[in-house]
Amino acid sequence: MSKIKILDLQKIKEKNKAEFELKKDGYRARVVVHMGTCGVASGATNILTTLLNEISNIRLKDVNVIPSGCAGLCAYEPMITIETVDQPPVKYVDLNEEKTKEVFKEHIMGGKPVKKYALVSGNEATY
Amino acid sequence: MERFRAYAMLCAGIGCIEKGAMKVKEALESELKKWGLHEEIYVVPTGCDGFCGEGPVLSFYPDAVFYSIPSVEDVPKLVEEHFLKGRVYHKLTIPGPYHKTDIPSMNDVPFFRYQALRVLRNRGLIDPEKIEDYITRDGYLGLAKALTRMIPEEIVKVVADSGLRGRGGAGFPTGKKWELGLKIKSDLKFVVCNGDEGDPGAFMDRSVMEADPHAVIEGMIICGVATQSHKGYIYVRAEYPMAVRRLQKAIDQCYEAGLLGSNIFDTGFDFDLEIYQGAGAFVCGEATALMRSIEGKRGMPRPKLWRSAVKGLWDKPTVLNNVETFANIPQIVLNGSEWYRSLGTEKSAGTKVFALTGAIKNVGLIEVPMDTTLRTIIYDIGSGIKKKGRKFKAVQLGGPSGGCIPEDYLNIFVTYEDIEKSGAIVGSGGMVVMDDSNCMVSTAKFFLDFTADESCGKCVPCRIGTKLMLDILTDICKGQGKEGDIETLKDLSEDIISTSLCGLGQSAPNPVLSTLRYFKNEYEMHIRDKWCVTGVCRDLCTFYIDESLCKGCGACVRACPSKAIIGEKKKPHMIIQDNCVQCRSCWDTCKFNSIKILPLSARKAGEAEIAAMAAALTEIPAERELVEVTR
Repeated sequence: MSKIKILDLQKIKEKNKAEFELKKDGYRARVVVHMGTCGVASGATNILTTLLNEISNIRLKDVNVIPSGCAGLCAYEPMITIETVDQPPVKYVDLNEEKTKEVFKEHIMGGKPVKKYALVSGNEATY
Repeated sequence: MERFRAYAMLCAGIGCIEKGAMKVKEALESELKKWGLHEEIYVVPTGCDGFCGEGPVLSFYPDAVFYSIPSVEDVPKLVEEHFLKGRVYHKLTIPGPYHKTDIPSMNDVPFFRYQALRVLRNRGLIDPEKIEDYITRDGYLGLAKALTRMIPEEIVKVVADSGLRGRGGAGFPTGKKWELGLKIKSDLKFVVCNGDEGDPGAFMDRSVMEADPHAVIEGMIICGVATQSHKGYIYVRAEYPMAVRRLQKAIDQCYEAGLLGSNIFDTGFDFDLEIYQGAGAFVCGEATALMRSIEGKRGMPRPKLWRSAVKGLWDKPTVLNNVETFANIPQIVLNGSEWYRSLGTEKSAGTKVFALTGAIKNVGLIEVPMDTTLRTIIYDIGSGIKKKGRKFKAVQLGGPSGGCIPEDYLNIFVTYEDIEKSGAIVGSGGMVVMDDSNCMVSTAKFFLDFTADESCGKCVPCRIGTKLMLDILTDICKGQGKEGDIETLKDLSEDIISTSLCGLGQSAPNPVLSTLRYFKNEYEMHIRDKWCVTGVCRDLCTFYIDESLCKGCGACVRACPSKAIIGEKKKPHMIIQDNCVQCRSCWDTCKFNSIKILPLSARKAGEAEIAAMAAALTEIPAERELVEVTR
C-alpha cells in the first residue's frame, strides 16, 4: 500500500464499501466468523475451515467470509453472523461442524435462516 | 403534543396512489375509528418506499413490519389482527428491508437491547487485520481532523469537555492528564498505552485489542498530536498472543500506509509506535512499575514524587492511558464532546466496557452507558444466575483491588462515584458474579492469595502485611480462627492501605474489607461456630441428608467419589461421616434440596442432635453495614 493522504480515506471507504454492502449483483452473503481468543478456544478455526471447504467444494465465488473479533457473548462461542441480501444479519451460536454445514446449506445457499441455531437478528446499537 | 402508540406509514408515492393507496388510507382510518384506535395509531402518508411493484405498501412501526395491501377488503382483517391484537398478519407481509424474520431481533434479546457500543462499535463487523475495513468504518478520520483542523489545545479541550475518565480503574480525568502533558516543555515526550490487564476475570482490553487494534493506535497517535510527543509504546502482556499479533499487524499496516512514521498525512507530524511485551507480572499494571519495565529494569513501582505526565518513562513527560481510554479518543475527536456526554451521567460520562463472568448465564463482554444499574447488567444483559435454584449473592468488581457488592446495592449505577461508595471500584471492568454457593471468606482468601503472590516485595507493608492477612484467612478457613482475628484483619488492612507505596498494596485489603462489611456474619460463623454454611471450606462443615426430603433417587450415591453415601433405592440415604471428604458433590447433585450443611461439631454428634440441628436450620440473615448511596 502506498502512503495514504487524507482525501484517500474517503476513496478507500467507497472502494471497500462493496465488501460490507450486499447487492443483488455483488456478494450473495457476508459471513463473519467471530475469532477472538474465546471463539478460537471453543473451535472457531474449525468452523472457518468448514465454511471455506464448503465454499470451495462448489466453487462459490460470491460469499465473503471474514474473520473478526469477539461478538461479546463468549459463553455461546463459536458464533458466526450471516448477512444476506435484503435480510438483517443473523447471529448463530454454539456451532459445530454439522450445524455449520446445515446453516451453510439452508441460509447461505437457500436464503432461509435456520431458526434453531439462531440467537438474534439485526445490528447492534452503536452511539 | 399527542403521542401515538404506533405509526402506519402508508406509501403515498405516485405508484401506490395509482394502485389505490388513498382508498386504503380511508379504509384504515375508518377501521381504526371502529376499534377506537384512531388516537393510538397514526396513519402517515409518506413518500415512495421504492416497492412500487407491491403497492400500495405500508410499513408498521415500531414493529417494523412491511405489508402489501393490494385490496381494500384486506384492511379490516389487518387492522384487527395486527393493530388491535398485535399479531403480525402474515398473509400480507412482504420481504422488504423491514421484513422481520421469526428470529428474535436485537430489541427482543436483553443481552443486546441494553448495550450501547462505542468502544466496541466495530466488534464482529470488521476484519481486525485489514486496515481498509477500519477506514470504511470512519477510521483515521478523527486523526485527520486532529492533524488538519485542530490545534493541540483544542484537542485537549475536546477530550476534557467530554468528561472521559481513565478507564483503567482510577478514573482520573483524561483531559487533565493530557493538559499536563501538553503544557510541560521537554525535548522528548512519550505516549504509553497500558494493556497489562491482570485482574482475574477481566478481558476487556484483550478483546478491544483483538477486535479493533486500529482504534487503539489511532487514539494514541491523536494523543501524540495533542501532547506534542512523537514516540509511543503499547505495553501488552505476552499471555495475549493474539492481541499482540493483531496489534503488530495493525502497526505494520500503519507504517506502510504512512499513518505512522514521519510526515503523517503530509502535515509534518511524526509518530513512532512499538509494542513492548510484558512478562505478566500483575504489578506492571501500575504506572511507575510499567515504565520501569519498559526501561528494561525490574518492574517495581517507585514513589510518586511527580506525576508521570511530568517525569515518567526515562524521566521524561509521559502520558499513560488504558487501552479502552485510547479506543474512545478517535470518536470523541470526530464527534465532539457533546456527543460523548449524551450517554452516562454528569460526572461519569460515556460508556464502559465490562467483562461479565462467574455464575452468570451470558458470560461475555458488554458495553453499557454508565447510568446503567447493576441489576440491569446482571439480570437483563447477563440473564441472571446460571445454575437453577441458586440465588445471587454478590458481584465482585475491580478484581483484587476492588470489592464485592451485595444484592442490596444492585440498584446503583455503574458510575465511578456510586461504585466507590458501595466499597468496590470500577477498576478496569471485571465483573465476577457469585451465587449463594460461594463462601465469601474463601473469596477474600483467593484474592489475598493473588495479591500476596503478585506483591513485588519492594515495601514491607505489602510484602509482609498481605502474607500475614493471608495466613489469618487460611487459618479461619481451616477452623483455626480465633476471637479477635476480624479486628486484626481490619487493623492490618488500615496499616497496609496507609503505608504501602503503590496502588497494589493500597488496594490489596479491599476484598477483605468489603466482604467484612457485607458478610461479617460469615466470618463470625467460621470463627465461632466452625461452620461454613456454603460448604466450601472443607474443614468447617458436615454434610447430612434430611430424611424427610430425600427421595432415594441415588443421584448422590453416583456423584460421591468416596462411597460415603449408602441407602436403598426409594428409601432415604445416609452419609457415613468417616468416609466423607466434604467435596460437596452430593449437595451440588441433589435435586430435592435434601442435603444440609451443618457445622463441624455435627460430625461427632449423635443422630438425634444432628436432626435437631438440621431442623433449626433456617436462613441466616445477613448482617450488613448499609451506607446510603445517593445520586
